Amino acid sequence: MANIKYKTLIGLEIHVQLKTKTKMFCSCPTGFGGEANTRVCPVCLGMPGVLPVMNKKAYEFSVLAALALNCNIARFTKWDRKSYYYPDLPKNYQISQYDLPMSENGYIEIPTDGGETKKVRILRAHLEEDAGKNSHATGNYSQVDLNRAGTPLLEIVTEPDLRNGREVRSLAQQLQRIVRYLGVSEADMQKGHMRFEPNINLVGEIDGKEFKTAIAEIKNLNSFRALERSVDYETNRQLEEYLETRKGMGQVPKTTRGWDADREITVHQRSKEAANDYRYFPDPDLVPVVLDDAWFEQIKSRMVELPLAKERKFISKYGLSEYDAGVLTSERSMAEYFEEAIEAGGDAKRVCNFITQTGLKLANEAGKSFVDLGIEAKKLAKLSQMVSDGDINASAATSLISKMVESDEDPMVLAEKFNLIQKSDTAELEAIVEQVFAENPQAVEDARAGSKKEKKSRGFLMGQVMQKTKGQANPKVVSGILAKKLS
Amino acid sequence: MTKKLDYDEVREVALLARLELCDNEVEEFATQLSSILEYIEKLDELDTDDVEPLAHSLPIKNVFREDIPRECLSRDEALSNAPDTDGEFFIVPKILDDNSNA
Ligand SMILES: [Zn+2]
Repeated sequence: MANIKYKTLIGLEIHVQLKTKTKMFCSCPTGFGGEANTRVCPVCLGMPGVLPVMNKKAYEFSVLAALALNCNIARFTKWDRKSYYYPDLPKNYQISQYDLPMSENGYIEIPTDGGETKKVRILRAHLEEDAGKNSHATGNYSQVDLNRAGTPLLEIVTEPDLRNGREVRSLAQQLQRIVRYLGVSEADMQKGHMRFEPNINLVGEIDGKEFKTAIAEIKNLNSFRALERSVDYETNRQLEEYLETRKGMGQVPKTTRGWDADREITVHQRSKEAANDYRYFPDPDLVPVVLDDAWFEQIKSRMVELPLAKERKFISKYGLSEYDAGVLTSERSMAEYFEEAIEAGGDAKRVCNFITQTGLKLANEAGKSFVDLGIEAKKLAKLSQMVSDGDINASAATSLISKMVESDEDPMVLAEKFNLIQKSDTAELEAIVEQVFAENPQAVEDARAGSKKEKKSRGFLMGQVMQKTKGQANPKVVSGILAKKLS
Repeated sequence: MTKKLDYDEVREVALLARLELCDNEVEEFATQLSSILEYIEKLDELDTDDVEPLAHSLPIKNVFREDIPRECLSRDEALSNAPDTDGEFFIVPKILDDNSNA
């Protein structure tokens, strides 16, 4: 058995579609769906003689995202043409940024086990236009839909700082939360708003001899799960292949592999014998962008508290578990709602449970986000107080939440209307206890302190009280009365 | 005189431009392109050490439009110049080695 030590080097090339209303260089609407070739104009069709004009919003969105990724923002940037030979960009070039990208040298923090964070360095993030879509129907032709051609994309390139599928997935999820918090992308992987292409190879030693495998780029990943599993699969595959062939970087070319989601394997697509020659040159149709102080400050003022910071705050300040904090911060609207409810006097753990256990289930059933259920945060805070004060019990609170979805009434009013108020009035409950005692003398005898059947019989008496009050007695108050009377 | 561009380089450039050249043309273009390169080399005589690289030939910056949608072409119009279409899509020869962004 060979003595093998290695680590996996994974870098990502990421494309994030920006959520602008229009394309990057023309006024055609963006957006998923729409009948083929109905969102096109002479500019995005690449007709001769047209003039592209930059979408200001797309630029601002990319600056905001790059700031959140801790990048240095360039104050001067320009546009370049990158040669491209597929019919989904009919100009035969893609407008992109080559030597003066709008941002460089950032990092994204990802949580690791044990509450630590790891910084993954970002080489650069730049703006470019998306291509259309080729589909390969049966027959000797391909179909081209140019609706997506010209949609603004933020391309983010990381350093090879990631080590396994879990870290890659974690980065993808962090990035999704960040761009959603900023409102710059819908970041839905299934819909292709966010596309990840991992570059993977292994470096290490076998029996003291260094080895390096050739880099493989993985394509066709459209879920977090696919991302994680493809990276782990490819790591094992490269190791096995190397052990068998003993051929690594330099001896075999870089390759592109596609993820087969059904078989859960990566499949060889093509070898890259020679480096691509994109022949970049400055686009004469587009003038440079200069980001002056005033404009930069204006964009910076739109920065929000980012999800990881919020998550850490929820753990340290409100004592929530990592899991709960993660769920609450998965959507900015929900995280802010939670904070509003706490501000209004809700108990953190209780409000968290209301949202994550009951609220999200209801939201799911209704096919909405939690916030869109329309329960006011201050009313949920009041519901929390009602439980703390003993006015209602936890199961009544759960059923009240669904009633609050349908009604704008105050939770206390609703609790009264549906008879969910607990009886906490000691005098009233004492009278009921007396009555139960009179009806069950044997049980009372068995329930006296020190009796063998004490626990069981007290449970029985409690049940009788609950039955008489139709479940509305405050169990804390009743057990206090029982303890006092049976001591 | 040795040429600035040898035949293989001409073939490489032709491939990148998706041009098919016969041997006579390779020879012809090697001569022509080489003399163009020699002519351009004249610029190397200029001392540009203290000159900032030019990003654009016009002294203009920050030309933007607002993010407001405008009407597109109708699909019929969009497809009207296409060599081939099925009424919905542009039809192109089958793409065999698809390394596009799709
Ligand atoms: Zn257009």
